[in-house]
Amino acid sequence: MPSAQNGNGAGIPQGMTAAVLTVNDDMYPVVFPTHHTLLEVLREECKLTGTKHGCELGECGACAVLVDGEPVFSCLQITTDVIGKSIQTVEGMQNGNDLHPLQETFADLGAAQCGYCTPGILMVAEALLAKETEPDDEQITEALSGNICRCTGYNRIIEAVKWAAAKRRGDDWRPDEALFMGSEIPR
Amino acid sequence: MVKAFNVPQADETAEEDLKIIGKPFRRVDGRAKVTGQTRFADDVHFPRTAYVKLVRSTVPHARIRNIDFSGALAMHGVLGTLTGDELPEPFGIMPVSEDEHALAIDTVRFVGDPLAAIVAVSEDIAHAAALAVKVEYELLPTISNFDDALATPEPQIHDYADDGNIHKKVSLKFGDVEQGFDDADLILEDNFFYEGSNHLALEQHSCLALTEDDDRVTVYSSTQCPHYVHRALAKTLDIPGSRIRVIACSNGGAFGGKSDPFNHEIVVAKLALKLGRPVKITLTREEVFYCHRGRHPVQMHLKTGFRKDGTMTSQHLRTTLDGGAFGSYGVASTYYTGALQTTTYKLPNYWFEGARAFTNKPPCGPKRGHGTPQPRFGYEIQLDKAAHVLGIDPAELRLRNLVEPNTITSNWLRIGTIGLKECIDAVVKGSGWKKRYGKLPEGRGLGLACSAYMTGAGLPIYWNHMPQSGVQIQLDRSGNVAVFCGETEIGQGSDSVLAAVVAEVLGIDLKDIRLCVGDTDLTPVDLGSYSSRVTLMVGLAAKQAAERARDKIARAVGEHMELPQEALVFADGQVFPAHDPDKGIAFNEAVVIAESRFGTLGTTGSYIPPRAPGRFRGAGVGPSPTYSYSASVIEVEVDSGTGLYDVQKIWMAHDIGRAINPVLALGQIEGSIYMGLGEAVMEEQAFRRLPKRLSPALVHKMPSMLEYKSPGFHDMPEIVSYMIETNDERGPYGAKEAGQGPLLPIMPALANALFDAVGVRVDQVPIHPEMVLKALHEKQNGREARVGPHKFPDIDYGEPLIVRTPEQGGDGRATDDPKSKRKGLRSASGTMKERDDALKEKSSATLTTD
Ligand code: FES
Ligand code: FES
Repeated sequence: MPSAQNGNGAGIPQGMTAAVLTVNDDMYPVVFPTHHTLLEVLREECKLTGTKHGCELGECGACAVLVDGEPVFSCLQITTDVIGKSIQTVEGMQNGNDLHPLQETFADLGAAQCGYCTPGILMVAEALLAKETEPDDEQITEALSGNICRCTGYNRIIEAVKWAAAKRRGDDWRPDEALFMGSEIPR
Repeated sequence: MVKAFNVPQADETAEEDLKIIGKPFRRVDGRAKVTGQTRFADDVHFPRTAYVKLVRSTVPHARIRNIDFSGALAMHGVLGTLTGDELPEPFGIMPVSEDEHALAIDTVRFVGDPLAAIVAVSEDIAHAAALAVKVEYELLPTISNFDDALATPEPQIHDYADDGNIHKKVSLKFGDVEQGFDDADLILEDNFFYEGSNHLALEQHSCLALTEDDDRVTVYSSTQCPHYVHRALAKTLDIPGSRIRVIACSNGGAFGGKSDPFNHEIVVAKLALKLGRPVKITLTREEVFYCHRGRHPVQMHLKTGFRKDGTMTSQHLRTTLDGGAFGSYGVASTYYTGALQTTTYKLPNYWFEGARAFTNKPPCGPKRGHGTPQPRFGYEIQLDKAAHVLGIDPAELRLRNLVEPNTITSNWLRIGTIGLKECIDAVVKGSGWKKRYGKLPEGRGLGLACSAYMTGAGLPIYWNHMPQSGVQIQLDRSGNVAVFCGETEIGQGSDSVLAAVVAEVLGIDLKDIRLCVGDTDLTPVDLGSYSSRVTLMVGLAAKQAAERARDKIARAVGEHMELPQEALVFADGQVFPAHDPDKGIAFNEAVVIAESRFGTLGTTGSYIPPRAPGRFRGAGVGPSPTYSYSASVIEVEVDSGTGLYDVQKIWMAHDIGRAINPVLALGQIEGSIYMGLGEAVMEEQAFRRLPKRLSPALVHKMPSMLEYKSPGFHDMPEIVSYMIETNDERGPYGAKEAGQGPLLPIMPALANALFDAVGVRVDQVPIHPEMVLKALHEKQNGREARVGPHKFPDIDYGEPLIVRTPEQGGDGRATDDPKSKRKGLRSASGTMKERDDALKEKSSATLTTD
């Protein structure tokens, strides 16, 4: 149930908001400066530091989370607008102690190098897979066009998303062997 | 006595029976990275943390007249301020250029130069208070680029510069360069320009410091080099290093941008010591552009002599580096714009002259490829030009010039294995070069380029005789193996290399290894994640430590089983006799036997690179235990109506020695290609200034990720990567580097491909479509179909240091004493401190020997 207190009531100072956020189906009672973005509240009040930041201006996608299933750059999201909505972050991706298929394929294919862009990319990819069971390169590129990765060169990320989609479908498609061992050297 | 069976030799195992090395495995930190558990510096939280904001200069060059904190101090929640006079000790990564202060004292040198710090209970308050600080400046002339610096010797940005505002001048002459040009049938002379660029690591620098005891401080930082930060903190805080603990958190990408000790690290440590509570700073993206240390903008003049058959007789390379406001790694960068020019093709005679200027911009430093992509860009384009003039296929021309393995180059670099021929063959065959090069329809083209890179710098940043990499292993009765090493995971997979080597030697599962890395209190020193050194140096130190552990266990188990220790094999979590695998015991039982026999078990391993043969001043930059090689072909399609071009496919072959983990190695190769493509096509750390008479302003054109263009998902072409394994005995299991070398051929291969496509030359990067269009217009109008610099500044590089080449029977030393010919400070050597002292007595004989 949406609940927010802004200023003056119940000992909450002016300029602060008290609310309960629903993140990964858990309840987080938080008090935060009203102008703070979802990124700030997640990291600083909820201590959910899995969500990253590379610009805080909506330019890199590192901070992407899902709000009611839709990808949102949390650095541009005013927190007070998402009270009562369902927020998903990378911390909620696992199924028990098992990795989510996207997490597995990103780890196994080296689609996460430094891993700093990874949480944001995983969340956007997760939203895509919820809609598309078999996305092609173009759809993945389109979906992730707001995310920057400085390490991988992107191609591996696209393959990892396709691999995860296949795993989810129960299809045993996997990326080309060249991505694991290099291309066969032409003789 | 028991000799009836095959005694396995360590090396045989290495060659034949590897269980982990060479196979794709999930990186050991993979799970943490995809679950958000990896703890980056900004993820470190402590109760009562106070936040810092730096007050940065708003003008490019000025004396500070006054700093007024009254507005800031009046704000509720501000805990304090800090200025440079409280941190008087200078620092800098290189002992010859310790020219930075944590906070500017007296002078600010670029827009963004930190001059004060505010600490407050929240980031918001610190930010507001920093904005309320009023600074009065007395403006000084702005020096905006190399040519400005050359023309403006006064006022000096730093008074220790070699000459006016020229920070460093180098001139090294190997062999008989003039004779070489006389012997040439063709001499080409070209000017090139390579724009600067930022690393743009996705993680913004962050640092948190806290005090534990009275006078101990712990610093968590996003640094590639905790050891160097440790030294800088000890120096600037003026407390013993033994009371400072630096913990390098996993870096969210670095690429060289986190390898200097930084102002903000010193400031938070100082404030933590003052306040007695945790203090934190996280830079904004804009501030990251001010920290910079990125690629130097470099102008080049390259003159090379060729015989008709395409072999080279001589080369003279001149470079200028626009260094920005501080030394950083700049002295090394300067040498690097010349040092590796000899490592791919035979250059019997070679003269390198380089100069770095101080300018009023954020300091440049090391970025992936450190100083070598710029000259490589010019060199590989010029080879393409020569091939056309001489009527030789560009691939063939390169093959005719290849350096031989196990030789010493004219500038005294010792080459190990070289797989460049195999690299060229692979991309030539893969791309269908022979059938397609020069024959594709107008508008489509192929370009080829090659490169080499170091697998670790031969020398440490500061002179010492200690290991460059150390590893300690502790064996637990449970079978758990704890590995301690100062290495820093920056995304490249160094943790995985460390774990894989230990697991391979001990024959255990990666999951039975616990790593403790990048912590100056707990781990032996590794110099840091730079110069592509970690796989080789950490790998060999780890191998030594693990082999010592294995030998110790084998001795105890051998005695126990009444077998010679050589008879024991460590594999699959078991220790067993080679001839009777069923008689094995579990690894943890073997550890129990060994601990019962020897007591607490621990071993160490170290690595020091072999000594390089060069003995002249400057010989320290360039040597490496071994070099990696790369060759690339790029296919491009150009729209001649607009100049827009599309990179369609990239073939890359990389001599990696051996891939420890092929998936991660390929990731390094692809990441390098990506970053090279960014520099070739769009990335630039550019500045904007108004006409001098109007304003001294010199501001970053694009200090945001949106305006600083970098390639996105949609910009990447198809990549075909070949890994060439030359199994270099100097590397662990034969491994060389992969994280930097493959960046180098991309920019020239693109330029060469554009030439094949539409017959125009663009001799500078980034290559914007309008440059292609302009060159096409020139071509249509019958002028030289080229865009690029037309002139090169007139610089006196001073008397060259003459070094006879190995071919000439040289001994690696300079033949004449430069001090006898050089004048003034040019001939000064030694540390900054020595030079400073010498400066104080201007007439000192240590400076001028005339
Ligand atoms: S931090 Fe939100 S888009 Fe960059
Ligand atoms: S893995 Fe480092 S930014 Fe993407």
